[in-house]
Amino acid sequence: MEQRGLGRLRLPGLLALLAALAALAAWSPRVSASRNLSLWPLPVTVRTTPRLLYLSPGNFFFGHSPTSKTGPSCAVLQEAFRRYYAYIFGTYKWHRGYNKIPSEMELQKLEVSVIMDPECDSFPSITSDESYNLLVQGPVATLTANRVWGVLRGLETFSQLIYQDSYGAFTANESNIVDSPRFPHRGILIDTSRHFLPVKTILKTLDAMAFNKFNVLHWHIVDDQSFPYQSITFPELSNKGSYSLSHVYTPNDVRTVIEYARFRGIRVLPEFDSPGHTASWGKGQKDILTPCYHASEPSGTFGPINPILNSTYSFLSKLFKEISTVFPDEFIHLGGDEVDFNCWESNPAVLNFMMNKGFDRNFKKLQSFYMQMVLDMISAMKKRSIIWQEVYDDEGKLIPGTVVQVWKMDNFYNELGNITAAGFPVIISAPWYLDTIHYGQDWRQYYSVEPLNFAGTPEQKQLVIGGEACIWGEYVDATNLTPRLWPRASAVGERLWSHQDVTDLEDAYRRLIRHRCRMVRRGIAAQPLFTGYCEHEGRM
Amino acid sequence: MAGSTLRFSLLLAAAFAGRATALWPWPQYIQTSELRYTIFPHSFQFQYHLSSAAQVGCSVLDEAFQRYRDLLFGSAAFRFPHPIVLTTGPLGKLLIVVLQRTCDSLKSEDTLTINDEQCLLLSETVWGALRGLETFSQLIWRSPEGTFYVNKTDIEDFPRFPHRGLLLDTSRHYLPLSSILDTLDVMAYNKFNVFHWHLVDDSSFPYESFTFPDLTKKGSYNPATHIYTAQDVKEVIEYARLRGIRVLAEFDTPGHTLSWGPGVPGLLTPCYSGSHPSGTFGPVNPALNNTYEFMSTFFLEISTVFPDFYLHLGGDEVDFTCWKSNPDIQAFMKKKGFGDDFKKLESFYIQTLLDIVSAYGKGYVVWQEVFDNKVKVRPDTIIQVWREEIPVKYVKEMALVTSAGFRALLSAPWYLNHITYGPDWKEIYLVEPLAFEGSPEQKALVIGGEACMWGEYVDSTNLVPRLWPRAGAVAERLWSNKMVSNLDFAFKRLAHFRCELLRRGVQAQPLSVGYCDMEFEQT
Repeated sequence: MEQRGLGRLRLPGLLALLAALAALAAWSPRVSASRNLSLWPLPVTVRTTPRLLYLSPGNFFFGHSPTSKTGPSCAVLQEAFRRYYAYIFGTYKWHRGYNKIPSEMELQKLEVSVIMDPECDSFPSITSDESYNLLVQGPVATLTANRVWGVLRGLETFSQLIYQDSYGAFTANESNIVDSPRFPHRGILIDTSRHFLPVKTILKTLDAMAFNKFNVLHWHIVDDQSFPYQSITFPELSNKGSYSLSHVYTPNDVRTVIEYARFRGIRVLPEFDSPGHTASWGKGQKDILTPCYHASEPSGTFGPINPILNSTYSFLSKLFKEISTVFPDEFIHLGGDEVDFNCWESNPAVLNFMMNKGFDRNFKKLQSFYMQMVLDMISAMKKRSIIWQEVYDDEGKLIPGTVVQVWKMDNFYNELGNITAAGFPVIISAPWYLDTIHYGQDWRQYYSVEPLNFAGTPEQKQLVIGGEACIWGEYVDATNLTPRLWPRASAVGERLWSHQDVTDLEDAYRRLIRHRCRMVRRGIAAQPLFTGYCEHEGRM
Repeated sequence: MAGSTLRFSLLLAAAFAGRATALWPWPQYIQTSELRYTIFPHSFQFQYHLSSAAQVGCSVLDEAFQRYRDLLFGSAAFRFPHPIVLTTGPLGKLLIVVLQRTCDSLKSEDTLTINDEQCLLLSETVWGALRGLETFSQLIWRSPEGTFYVNKTDIEDFPRFPHRGLLLDTSRHYLPLSSILDTLDVMAYNKFNVFHWHLVDDSSFPYESFTFPDLTKKGSYNPATHIYTAQDVKEVIEYARLRGIRVLAEFDTPGHTLSWGPGVPGLLTPCYSGSHPSGTFGPVNPALNNTYEFMSTFFLEISTVFPDFYLHLGGDEVDFTCWKSNPDIQAFMKKKGFGDDFKKLESFYIQTLLDIVSAYGKGYVVWQEVFDNKVKVRPDTIIQVWREEIPVKYVKEMALVTSAGFRALLSAPWYLNHITYGPDWKEIYLVEPLAFEGSPEQKALVIGGEACMWGEYVDSTNLVPRLWPRAGAVAERLWSNKMVSNLDFAFKRLAHFRCELLRRGVQAQPLSVGYCDMEFEQT
């Protein structure tokens, strides 16, 4: 519940929610009144009564409360209303007034109330307030939040409260839910370089992310294998560096992804990894990569980005200028992982440069020099940087506030302790590499990770801003992404959203199998957890 | 099988760089050249040769012509001829000659000849013609300008093993009919010829029996939606037949039968806790006459519904704990003089069942436990080897089974439901089914193998990418010559073949980094 790491408290919002809570003091708390209840991720507080409410598709509406700061002009909410109506009732044509429900048992409306400036036209950010309070009672339920982002999360929860009883009636228990995320950065990393993912697949993934209350799409858009990002400034990068001209994200594709994500309260975090992992950049940009030498001759192969040329930095400055305008998020991921020094070491000009700079033969210093240049560039553009842990490990001077992403499995808790002790915010990915597959229920191991399980002060723990489930693309493309990602990533979703104490594997299993069937019904080909069935089986 | 007159030319494969190298599985003999012929989709046709025994009206081939037309050129009509700029003449038709009309032969040999004089597919049976059509479809390629070509080629082909199977499990998870039919399509692309349908198990009983409708009514996940009706089963069998695929139905007993219990009271053994029934149930009750009466009626139905000569009777993983706990079983054991040996009880059950089934004129396949537990079975029983390590390594088990004179099917190294990170198809591919110590006669008893996709963690959401192209590795091992085992050569072709699968609409997962011209698009 507490705001993590990045300053700015959200007290006014909390006060508003407390007021709503007071109205419920008389309710008797029950963990779960219905075996059909399968909320995922589990909210902070759930109170339900055995009292059932019925919804009639022809007589149920989403709307804005008269006191809400939002109205029908808030497109984010209007679109969400339409989406969630379809998720709840399906896309059948319902006859108005077909089911006559006694009015005292009918839920006719969900009224949304946004208390503060709603941010309808903004992009979500790391500080976006996603808390909400959901009061489900007849005939009008209310969903209160400080911003639209909380409303989006609350709509998802509301849709999860409704189930069809054995007669097919849409039913919900009277309930009250108060909820907010444990961590503000809850991401999924997709890799569109090892394999190209069609835009449709990315959008599907965003849908599923919203069902699991993820809020960051970490888009590892380019790498050694291909450069599908179509740059306006340097079109040759994708013309020459993509797998083919149809394996490209046009500026319009990128806008589509960003806007689709915004409508679901999801940030798009672009990663342009350098100086390593850049082989595909070399095809469309002359001299950007270091020529490797064999003995005293260039071998014809290339290594990481060439850090010794001024032209490198003027190119990067223009490229990142473009990226900083194309992607609205405050953060840009700069990569910095797995730089292989062999090629630099072979190149006489690089060695000469190092001598002049007094780096001796310490290539980590050269890497730091490079990263520092890029980090400065980004901060001059009024953006903040995220980097993989190597950049911190190699003792590059980091601007305070630079976020470090921990991905190496070895001793990752120690790494978390060290980075936070040095005062840097951190994102955890190490235990959540979902491209690594195992036979059986490996979701349990992802679920059982406790991100703050390292030795450190409360201030250090505050610096853990969240985590990401990574689905790297070496063996993943549009054919197997969805079943490999879901519901395994859902385990990470709950770990990052729900309270630290929510760790009961059997309760999680019971809820997750239902959540998985819910995703299947909504068109996400989430794979099974174990033997069993869904009422609506998936059909690709 | 692996004939002595083999003319094999792997070296040749490396010699030409043409697109014809993209065949999967690799044929027994191929000669091809850079000389290519244009194919005009609007006028190209498959045609029966005058001398062919099969003519128009042979549904298997008539349907296949239609299917391969669509696969090759899409279902859109090509109305306008392409501009003609050629060095060699166009290829107007593929002539098909089938020597016999008998449809029950296991043999599928064919020769495919594409040259200036003729484009001819000659085959003993219609099934061989089906395999040849698949090969022909893989020979055709398209230039960047969109023109279809086929290179001058001569292929002679036949399978190494006659039983090339794929097991699907529709009990742990129900698979919609369309998932099964789609799988049959892809099996045909890989020249698989047996669909081993593990229909029922502990978890659910989706097969709708007309003799015992309560089995599904009470034993399926949902008796309205998660079942296979008689019509569904017929459709699967016919769909498979049209693709040259046999349907081997498995009704596994006496273990793996929990779902049978609710529909047939008294069938399963009541387990005891102390001197009282615990309320749980174990394997089929082998001590009651009723059990055998039921099995007799039930398998009479199964024998008529499934036309294949073979039925799979299961017989694996029988847990004796429940039998041990039950006083009636104990009394029965005493009466029969079995002592404490529950394997004897299991044998008694299986033997009785085998007698029932053979009386219906059926042959049978069983899992290896039946052999391991020394059940007396008919000499023509087929033993399916599935255990990797226990009681002995599968290679040893193959030797034991065949030295006892039984025919063997290999599955142990091909449990494709098991997944690991990375290119695990290589391990699957490098398995050599005959790599056990034994006489040539023993090796001749290995009739093939099966890739198994058990369903504990698999349903229609993840079946296809988990199965393909990994099962393709098994397919080539079972079809192609033993010497076709070079991983680089296989990788190139399999990567290409998986893109071809994508083009045909199959959601086959990637082998490694890279791309296909036509990526899988979600609908």
